[in-house]
Amino acid sequence: MTPDLAQIQPERKRAAVELSRAGVTFGQAGARVQALQPTDLRIDEGEFLALVGPSGCGKSTILKLVSGLTRPSEGAVIVGGREVAAKALRIGMAFQNPTLLPWLTIEKNVMLPLKIVRPFRHDFARKKRGEYRDRVHAALADVGLQGFANHYPWQLSGGMLQRANLCRALIHDPSLLLLDEPFGALDQFTREELWGTMQDLWIKRRPTVILVTHDLKEAGFLGTRICVMSARPGRIIDDSPVTFPRPRSIEMTFQPEFTALNQRLRERIISARQEVTA
Amino acid sequence: MTYALRRRLWAAALILAFFVTWEVLCLALNVSDLIVPRPSQVIATLWVRMPVLWPHILQTLWTTMIGFALGVIVGVVIGALIGTSRVAYDTAYPLLIGFSSIPKVAVVPIFVLWFGAGPVPAVLTALAMCFFPIVVNIATGLATTEPEMEDVLKSLGASKMDLLLNVGLPRTMPFFFASLKIAATFAFVGTVLAETVASNKGIGNVMMSASSNFDVPLVFAGLFILAFLGVALYVVFSVIEGRVVGWANRRTDLSPS
Repeated sequence: MTPDLAQIQPERKRAAVELSRAGVTFGQAGARVQALQPTDLRIDEGEFLALVGPSGCGKSTILKLVSGLTRPSEGAVIVGGREVAAKALRIGMAFQNPTLLPWLTIEKNVMLPLKIVRPFRHDFARKKRGEYRDRVHAALADVGLQGFANHYPWQLSGGMLQRANLCRALIHDPSLLLLDEPFGALDQFTREELWGTMQDLWIKRRPTVILVTHDLKEAGFLGTRICVMSARPGRIIDDSPVTFPRPRSIEMTFQPEFTALNQRLRERIISARQEVTA
Repeated sequence: MTYALRRRLWAAALILAFFVTWEVLCLALNVSDLIVPRPSQVIATLWVRMPVLWPHILQTLWTTMIGFALGVIVGVVIGALIGTSRVAYDTAYPLLIGFSSIPKVAVVPIFVLWFGAGPVPAVLTALAMCFFPIVVNIATGLATTEPEMEDVLKSLGASKMDLLLNVGLPRTMPFFFASLKIAATFAFVGTVLAETVASNKGIGNVMMSASSNFDVPLVFAGLFILAFLGVALYVVFSVIEGRVVGWANRRTDLSPS
């Protein structure tokens, strides 16, 4: 399936996610920790935004805001034209820890969102052996996990678990995909393999993606845009588009243009870290 | 020889050795059967008196099962309530611990006062004895569920009920079965306790009247029956456990086989 160019570059982009002066403060009076300074951020539909920054800078807080798991202490978070309330959204999420349920097979794990999310859940009892099962098997084949549907999570390697995790995040065709360092715990080669898988999935389905990572190479390989955040309390200090053509290859990451982008972002992050220690 | 088979043989050998030692000690020390009867005497008594004992065994068995079933229902409901809500956990725990600390012997006369002597106090005592371990285990299992597991479902818009049915309860199953094995034996203790205090039927009642007649072998026969029923119930739950929560038992050398 070749992506339709007009679809990749729509003339008028709609905002998929909009943070306006959204900030988060944890704790009660006296021991307040500001996790995220009031932040403005607009993410267009179909964009692949990579969020990088030092650890503890509030990257994950932005994800939790967008998913509705955390409420903003101030400002507003608009997702799909509406103020966030977790119920109404169609979001897919994947964390660094694959969090597959150990008592379910891979097939049943991947099928879980169809059991929960409207409108799929209404037909779940009727379709779980037919249409939904085929859908899960097709998704598993997409990420190279054909033949593992009836395995339990503990029988799979870390990389395979993360592939299944991506399947679960995408099985209900979410328009918004939130990834919190999903490749962070993998070895270098598995990680690069999964970047390729992730890119294929994105080109095929074109969801809006927010990827939190501390790997600049990963951000440059996958992102259409990279936002750099400062150390806590977090704020966005750099926002650059990534224009390398797709599909991108690992070889591309050794090109001078890519290295230059990498180098520039690296310096931004290092100076942001020094602001804190100084 | 497989490990599982060897383990069973060892368990059987230990039980046999226990009874043989008992028998030999009684003979060697010339212990009167009014103090401690020999196992062979007890088994002979069981054999001869079985037609008379049988209705009492059934009585004890069904009152225990009803008390146990009610205890499981009450235990799961209370455990689910206090395991899913921090507030309920903190407020209800002192009361529950207070209740479970009361010696159940002291409660039986109250039940008898309310419902008269018979099966009802036995059922209620069994319930009172066995629900607490279930509450504690269900509540602990739910309260220790990894938030990341729930976050995945929450971001999909799952309701509290969805979370409980899809994450909380399945994850709690190993805890639940561990508590069932304790609760089942507790339920027997409760029934027999109530039967010894106020009933005219059941193994507890048999033992009580036998001991007032100095029929010590019959008292011991009652003990044997109770031990056997307890082990039987334990085995039943072990088998069910192996089927339901096999996923939690990956170390094959320890899993029930």
